[in-house]
Amino acid sequence: MTVDTQTVKRVAALAKLKIDEDKVAATEAEFNKILQWVDQLKEVDTSNVEALVSVNENFLEMRRDEVTEGNQADAVLANAPQKEYGYFAVPKVIE
Amino acid sequence: MTDLTKLTIAEAREGLKKKEFTAVELAEDYIKSMEAKRALNAYVCETPEKALEQAKASQTKINAGQGGDLEGIPLGIKDLFCTRGIATTACAKILQGFVPPYESTVTSKLLAAGANFLGKLNMDEFAMGGSNETSAFGPAVNPWSKDKPLVAGGSSGGSGAAVAAEMCAAATGTDTGGSIRQPAAFCGVTGIKPTYGRCSRYGIIAFASSLDQAGPIAKDVRDCAIMLKTMAGHDAKDATSAKEAVPDFEKVLGGDLRGLRVGLPKEYRADGLEAEVAAYWDKAAAMLKDQGAEVVDIALPHTQYALPTYYIIAPAEASSNLARYDGVRYGNRVDGEHLEDMYVNTRTAGFGAEVKRRIMIGTYVLSAGYYDAYYVKAQKVRRLIRNDFVEAFKQCDAILTPTAPTAAFAIGDENMKNNPINMWLNDMFTVAVSLAGLPALSLPIGLNKNGLPLGMQIIGRAFDEETVFKTAFVLEKQAGFKGVK
Amino acid sequence: MSGMIIKGKTGDWEIVCGLEIHCQIISKSKIFSGASTHYGSDVNQNVSFVDAGMPGMLPVLNEECVRQAVKTGLGLNAKINKYSVFSRKNYFYADLPQGYQITQFEHPIVGEGFVKIELEDGTSKNIGIERLHIEQDAAKSIHDISPTKTFIDLNRSGVGLMEIVTKPDFRAPEEVGAFLRKLRSIVRYLGTCDGNMDEGSMRCDASISVRPAGSSELRERAEVKNVNSVKFAMQAVEFEAKRQVELYENGGEMRQQTCQFDQTTGQTKFLRFKEFSDDYRYFPEPDLPPLVLSDEFVEEIKRGMIELPDAKKERFVKELGLTPYDASVICENKEMAEFFEKAAKGHEAKKVANWLMGDFFAMLNEKHLSLEESPISAENLGNLVELVSKNVINGKTAKDVFAMMAETGEAPEKIVEERGLKQVTDSGAIEKVIDEVIAANADNVAAYRNGKTALMGWFVGQVMKASGGKANPGMVNQLLKQKLG
Ligand SMILES: [Mg+2]
Ligand SMILES: [Zn+2]
Repeated sequence: MTVDTQTVKRVAALAKLKIDEDKVAATEAEFNKILQWVDQLKEVDTSNVEALVSVNENFLEMRRDEVTEGNQADAVLANAPQKEYGYFAVPKVIE
Repeated sequence: MTDLTKLTIAEAREGLKKKEFTAVELAEDYIKSMEAKRALNAYVCETPEKALEQAKASQTKINAGQGGDLEGIPLGIKDLFCTRGIATTACAKILQGFVPPYESTVTSKLLAAGANFLGKLNMDEFAMGGSNETSAFGPAVNPWSKDKPLVAGGSSGGSGAAVAAEMCAAATGTDTGGSIRQPAAFCGVTGIKPTYGRCSRYGIIAFASSLDQAGPIAKDVRDCAIMLKTMAGHDAKDATSAKEAVPDFEKVLGGDLRGLRVGLPKEYRADGLEAEVAAYWDKAAAMLKDQGAEVVDIALPHTQYALPTYYIIAPAEASSNLARYDGVRYGNRVDGEHLEDMYVNTRTAGFGAEVKRRIMIGTYVLSAGYYDAYYVKAQKVRRLIRNDFVEAFKQCDAILTPTAPTAAFAIGDENMKNNPINMWLNDMFTVAVSLAGLPALSLPIGLNKNGLPLGMQIIGRAFDEETVFKTAFVLEKQAGFKGVK
Repeated sequence: MSGMIIKGKTGDWEIVCGLEIHCQIISKSKIFSGASTHYGSDVNQNVSFVDAGMPGMLPVLNEECVRQAVKTGLGLNAKINKYSVFSRKNYFYADLPQGYQITQFEHPIVGEGFVKIELEDGTSKNIGIERLHIEQDAAKSIHDISPTKTFIDLNRSGVGLMEIVTKPDFRAPEEVGAFLRKLRSIVRYLGTCDGNMDEGSMRCDASISVRPAGSSELRERAEVKNVNSVKFAMQAVEFEAKRQVELYENGGEMRQQTCQFDQTTGQTKFLRFKEFSDDYRYFPEPDLPPLVLSDEFVEEIKRGMIELPDAKKERFVKELGLTPYDASVICENKEMAEFFEKAAKGHEAKKVANWLMGDFFAMLNEKHLSLEESPISAENLGNLVELVSKNVINGKTAKDVFAMMAETGEAPEKIVEERGLKQVTDSGAIEKVIDEVIAANADNVAAYRNGKTALMGWFVGQVMKASGGKANPGMVNQLLKQKLG
């Protein structure tokens, strides 16, 4: 498969990354080179193969319903680039 | 007392017990070494005061005839492990200034066993890279560098360099596709990636969750066994951590290899494998045979698909794991008028080229219309790769391969820089093991004609690190490799 | 048929609507962390490092949330899937710390089921349940404290949710209302969600389209988000359906879109068309292996299932002789149903139901009291009914006794005893009063005897009044008839 400029921009937007206009072409070319390389997987017959989600054969272990954490707002906020009144503060959200 | 940094953990442990020197003296020597070799750029954050403080406490315990398995042993910690109160950045600009209010399970266990931490070690940004060159702090330098600086390997480049240069007794590393084994090989030291699930991932900054595993890089096989015993174990805070009991890996060291079947996968004689490396591989096989092992040819038919599979699965998981770096709760924010701008500005400025590349690929292979063609396909091939190993281990008990196709290359190598795939090809012998979740150890086998170390990889069945250690211990003795002095 | 027909210029239209309801799970701690779910705590206090999406933090599943989901699934007559898988839904938003929501996608914990709804015309209908899955709630963004900034409180981040998706079976706003009330009743019975729509612990999205009446096509739909009351949900469906009919009739085309409901106008408001930003890149959560429930786990929940409103209602009709309407009103609320059963025990159930739905509800309403705050206990209400049945007091006195019980909370026997309200059943005493009344009203006696029999009621009233309301009305009637001839 190959990607076009539109797709590269769409993917960047989904990932919240900006690609400078003058780098879009190079990114697209590199992207296609990589995709071409991974496309060799198409040779592999996987028609009767189940996808491997986890090498862990074990199943999910569950936790008891107990309150074990909390009341540590200071620690939670300690690394915040911006905080006000005990909240994390970010630039206004626009819908 | 002369330079204590020459000692292995096993030797230092003995010396401390016999009161030949104190834990503080041991720490001081490593601190001196660390300061003297700053040019290697192995540490990105040094914590000598903390180490000395911990060493003092250790000495008190030793004097009282107490202490854990690693009492008074100075360690370096890969910057991917969250350490409470100590800056942890994954060598990423976007995490600049982050000080975790919590401790990773693995480092908690090391601390509880009495180790002291000299500081945080350099690595590729978010563990994405094979040369440590993607680090926001610049590359760690391979202590074996001759005329021009060589890479220490990656992503645990700082760990490999620091152990090789005797800047710590041992180090923690993490391995997603070869990130412990390849730098260990490049730096002439020993490292093991245990079975997926052996070590808790709690508090280790995630790259690719289904592949990431912590493990030690140390001066020799025994030290790796000592370190892993402490690092491993089930953790209720990590749902993927295994419940298997952790054996005393040190106990299996010694003895010959009679009855052991060692497999050589023919597919690993790939293009790009240097003749010298191939020759050492044969030599290593002969050494094992000499010690009573039966060497058998095995097939791992899907080997060539391991890299492309890995470069779909790992970026896919990474693209999601790295979504949390948005400038809201921690790290380096680049402001914007609206939240959306802030996200884009923060992430565009905060991530390096390789990380962005992988986020983009990962985002693409998970997106509508491509998910089945790429992600699901890769998961299916992943099962075939794992099945290859299951089949192979019916014919053998351990598998011997080279760790990397070449020795360490130069920092800034043009061939690597101009094509990311060339860099990725470095992991051709290590990624299949990661995809299969198996344990694998790399140990130095000898020097190439340029005087650079080469590594051999020993792969075991899931949760059979014991066979890996036992085999590696024998090979280590036969190879008689001497580290940097 | 209860469907709503919208008359258009070109013909009749019908509504096709499905719901997605998010129910906050009742549990002490969050679905993937040990932080409290308590509502109304101080900002960012109920937050673990997992809920804050800190680097290296991993989710661990809360067993109680799973149990609650299974319980609810059984309450929806649905299939419990013993194998389910968590997935990540990837998108960036201020209230989503990890950059993804952990949810279930391909393999939900609960599959298809149905809920029976009763409509006002006495008919009932089954609404199909497509699935129920568990996931984590988002944090809260506060937009109105600062004009330039958005504030984030992570207290709600990671609270367990059950997302219940219905089939597009709704054909009228009334059905939507009946379903939401029934669902709320079920989850409250089970104690799996408190069902408070105004506090956001139960939130409803409606997916609405229209089509020519009687056709089976499925047209483009609008998803109306954020409807937080039963009334609003009904309004939203009606408004949106009519809007779409008008659009079609004026030659317009519908495009799949997201809308918001405006409570002040009762109208839906266009937000955006579905576009690529909705590419959520779901993939299996690599931090959580598949969830496999044992037979014992599910069986234990089944054994512990309580009687749900439908079954209770049926029993009240069959065994206690209630009308279906009375039974369904009483059974909507579990506490009410339990109160009723307690009150009716050993007494005439139908009469108890009349009291409950009449004077008792009115009394609670008037005093603004909840059921638990009622001054009249279930036992006392039952005893009051019993006093009437046993002719200890008459119906009129019972009303007065009820009023006194509401004031004092005292037992009816005590009130009747202390205030001497027992009805007079001594025929001699009643005859004496009748004789007095006859003597004092000779003209009316004459009129009665001349055929104005309608005066009987007046005579009864006079006798009752003269007896202080305590005379047995049946006896008064009978004796009066004898004496007046
Ligand atoms: Mg949904
Ligand atoms: Zn949802």
